[in-house]
Parts: sequence; structure tokens; C-alpha cells
Amino acid sequence: MESLGVLLLRPLDTYLEQELDRRCRLLRLWDAPHDRRGEFLRAHALSIRAVVTGGGSGAGGDAELIDALPRLEIIVCYAVGFDHVDLTRCRERGVRVTNTPDVLTDDVADLAVGLAIDAPRRIPHADRYVRAGLWKANNGYYGLTNQFSGKRVGIIGLGRIGLAIAKRVEGFGCPRTRQQAYPNYTYLPTVVQLAAVSDGLVVACSPKEQSRGIVSREVIEALGPRGVLVNVGRGAHVDQPELVAALAEGRLGGAGLDVFEAESDVPQVLMALDNVVLAPHMGSGTRETRKAMADLVLANLEAHALSKPLLTPVV
Amino acid sequence: MCLAAGVDFIDLDECARRGVVVANSGSVFSADVADHAVGLLIDVLRRVSAAERFVRRGLWPVQGGHPLGSKIGGRRVGIIGLGNIGSQIAKRLQALGCIVCYNSRTPKDSVPYRYFTNVHDLAVESDVLVVACALNKATRHIVGKDVLEALGKDGVVVNIGRGANVDQAELVRALKEGRIAGAGLDVFENEPGAPGELFCMDNVVMTPHVAVFTAESMSDLRDHVVANLEAFFSGQPLLTPVLPHSPVN
Repeated sequence: MESLGVLLLRPLDTYLEQELDRRCRLLRLWDAPHDRRGEFLRAHALSIRAVVTGGGSGAGGDAELIDALPRLEIIVCYAVGFDHVDLTRCRERGVRVTNTPDVLTDDVADLAVGLAIDAPRRIPHADRYVRAGLWKANNGYYGLTNQFSGKRVGIIGLGRIGLAIAKRVEGFGCPRTRQQAYPNYTYLPTVVQLAAVSDGLVVACSPKEQSRGIVSREVIEALGPRGVLVNVGRGAHVDQPELVAALAEGRLGGAGLDVFEAESDVPQVLMALDNVVLAPHMGSGTRETRKAMADLVLANLEAHALSKPLLTPVV
Repeated sequence: MCLAAGVDFIDLDECARRGVVVANSGSVFSADVADHAVGLLIDVLRRVSAAERFVRRGLWPVQGGHPLGSKIGGRRVGIIGLGNIGSQIAKRLQALGCIVCYNSRTPKDSVPYRYFTNVHDLAVESDVLVVACALNKATRHIVGKDVLEALGKDGVVVNIGRGANVDQAELVRALKEGRIAGAGLDVFENEPGAPGELFCMDNVVMTPHVAVFTAESMSDLRDHVVANLEAFFSGQPLLTPVLPHSPVN
């Protein structure tokens, strides 16, 4: 695939970038300053046949980009979520799309469990307390946290990741976890019922339009002042302003968040709270898994270049 | 009546000589301690606390990605002490896809995990060592220089036992020199307080001896203490007696 012109939208992974550079004709969008990117795309439009994106909201692959690249054949996502890609436009243009499912399932599930323990048990907060010298200064005092084992865990979305989470929390004596598959419309009363019978909710559903705002004010209220919310799906699954207010006012007990409405933009109010664990969208963030994801991206590109079946097509 | 599982600070022989019976907290806290141990392990391997500091310092929008952690599934975890707490840790780690092995005073017949007769050999075959044993003469500094060397530069230590189960000075040196990869510590040799050299390390997670302190465990403990006292004063056997040389965990 040495002649395949590939556009990388932002730095993702050193190994991936090196391999793309070695094996393809790599162009890096960030070589151009922000205000000259349109020019950059126009200058290279005829040679770009593939785009590699990361994941999360704002990762690129929207209609504007697709329209700017008349020779575009494939968008390869270094992520399992592909909500940032305009699939309708891709289908219209005959542009293929791939993602990286399965290789990151365990890592995301592990982080979800880590956040589910850390939110009630406050491990990161306790670590900050020790580092600030407060354990010694307060003569050994810390205070009580809340138990995790045996609590009722409700999982929203029982796909690959949700099932992996369910398997893990059962090891902690959490009663048979309940799943709620959501039907194809926006208002979902049954998620409220799930929240009402759960001590903690884990959002693990894939980013579809129907699941936008699935964790609403009503759901948060049903979860209650001792409830915990963990989100390893998408920030858009949760009514973020409502979540922030509920946490600040004590209407929700705690949260473990790996994703936010606007990636890397964590509300200041959350930064001031001790009952929240904040992670920088690192569900798949292990060396082993990122390499596996990179290899899958490269394998999909190679298959495309050789006109072979794609390994993990979305479109 | 000891409000803890550990009774290392009680002279059990002297109590026996004077006819003083001792009871401990039994397995009241075991689930919470096991959760804490697993929480520390996930935190160290996945760098959760370090990533949180990264976010709270406002570095995410500026620096983009955070350093990567290590996969948990497939890790070999050696548990030192397979009592109530150790067994519960093992069960949770299996659910996370870890391969569990252990060292204990004696092998346990009914468990599916590989047994090692000494901690050094356990460390050779482990990626993570979890200290879950009682503190007594035999287990003081049971994780020392040779065990840390056997664990190796990619190894992680998690301690929810007692600070003195680990040679703390040696552990700090090993961390400073990169001879082990990280540590999750709920206990220390001179509490309260942890060694200041660890405060700048992102591969270490420290908590202030809190593994048992949940509202639920404290409530269960109250009930347990009352039950033991009622048993004693009505001439019934204690629920959780501790004898000298008994395998307390």
C-alpha cells in the first residue's frame, strides 16, 4: 500500500504513525496550522484516498471533511465508536468505514469496574489526601466511604463491553446484573426503572442517536443520593448539566466518568468535587490494546489497498 | 474484643496465660478489603489516580493523551496469604481474567490456584504480588529485597496487610531506581503518613489505611462486636475467637 495516500487527522499513537509513514504515503493534518487546514486539504485532496481518525466526540470524519476529499475511499477509525463519522455521507459516496471492536473490550470493562470501585471507595481522592500530607496532619483521620461489593449494578447496553462488565462485577458478589436493551425511540422509561432498582448504573451502550441523553434527570433522580453513575460510553449519553448539578447538590452520590460531552472539556464544577473520579477517555488505554488497535487499523488499510475483504467494516 | 482482623498488637500468649479470651472481627470486613485491594491493583496498572491528577490539573486539553497503562487480563497475581481476604481477592481477580497463585502457611485443598511454598518462588512467577497475610514474626518483611528482585522491573506490589509485611525502605529504593514497576499501598510502616519520596511518583497509589472503613462494614462490625460480647457473657463460644498461633487473617 505504498502508494496509498493516508490522512491522519491528529496524533494518535507513535507506533501507528511510524507504521503509516513507513508503509503508506502519510499526510498529517496537524502539519498545517488550524486556520490553514482548508488550504492544506485542497492542496492534497487528489492524493488522499484514506483517512485515519481516533475516537470520541469531535474526532473527525464529518460531512465537511468527506466532501473536501473527492478521492476518499475509506475512513479507518482507531476506536470502536464511530459516531464521529457521517455514515450517511459515506454510504452516499461509497466510502467504506472500519473500527476496532473486540480488541479493546476487556480494557474498557476493566476501567469501568475500576471506576465503579473508585467512585464509592474514593481511592483517587484518598491518594490525593495522602500526597497532600493530610493523613499525617489530621492524625490519621480519613472518614468512611461506601461499599462496592454486593451492590446492585445496572448496565445500560449489554453488548460486548456491557457483558464483559457484567461478568466482572459478578465476581464481587453483585446480584445478577440487569440489562436494559433499549428500543428504537428517544424516550425510554425502562431505564428509569433500571435506575430505581440499582445502586449503581454503568453506561456501556454504543453511541447511537437513540441513546443520546439516555441518562436523564429522571434517571439520575431514580438513582438517588446514594447512587453512583459510571460512564464509559459517550458523554452524550448523559444529560451532563443535570449530572453536574446533581453531584454538586448531593442528589447523586458519586460518579466515575471516562467520557464527557465535549472531550477534554471537563466542567470546572466537577473538578471541585470529591465524589467524582475523572478520567481522560482512556478506556482502551493500555500499551497492549493500543498496539492491537493500531495493527487492526493497518490490517484494514492493507486489505482495502489489496481489494480484499475488510476485517472490521462498519459500512 | 479486637475491632480488627489483625491482632498483631495483642500479646496472645500473655492473654492465654491469664485466661483472657480474644475475639477479632472475623470476616466482617473481608469483602471491603478485597475490593480495596483490587481497586488499588486496577488503579496502579491502569494509572487511574495519575490520570485523575492529569485531568484535575487541566492538562487534558493541553497535552492530549495521558501515558498508557498495562492490560490486566492474563496478569499472574501472587497472593501472599489465602485466608478470608485473600480468597475474596482471588475470586475477584479471576473475574478480571487474572491468573491467581498463592503462598500461605499451608496449601488449601479446595482451591484451584497454584501453591508456592515460599514467597520468593511466588514472586518469580508473578507480575503482581498482593500482600494479604497477618503480621507476625514469620511475615515481618516477608516482601524484602530478594522478593522484590524476584518480582522484577515490571512487577507491582499491592499491600493491604500491614506496613511491616513489606520492607518499606527497600520498596521505596526499588521504586526510585525503577527495579519494580509500581505499588498500591494502603498500609505503611509508620502510620499515619507515607514516605515522602513516593509523593511524586505516578506509578504508586497510596491510601490512608482505609480498606475496612466503609459505612456498611462499620455497621456490620457493631453487630459483630455485640454478638461476640453477648456470646461471652452468656457462656457461649465466641463467634470469632483468636488463639495463640492460630491462622488469623
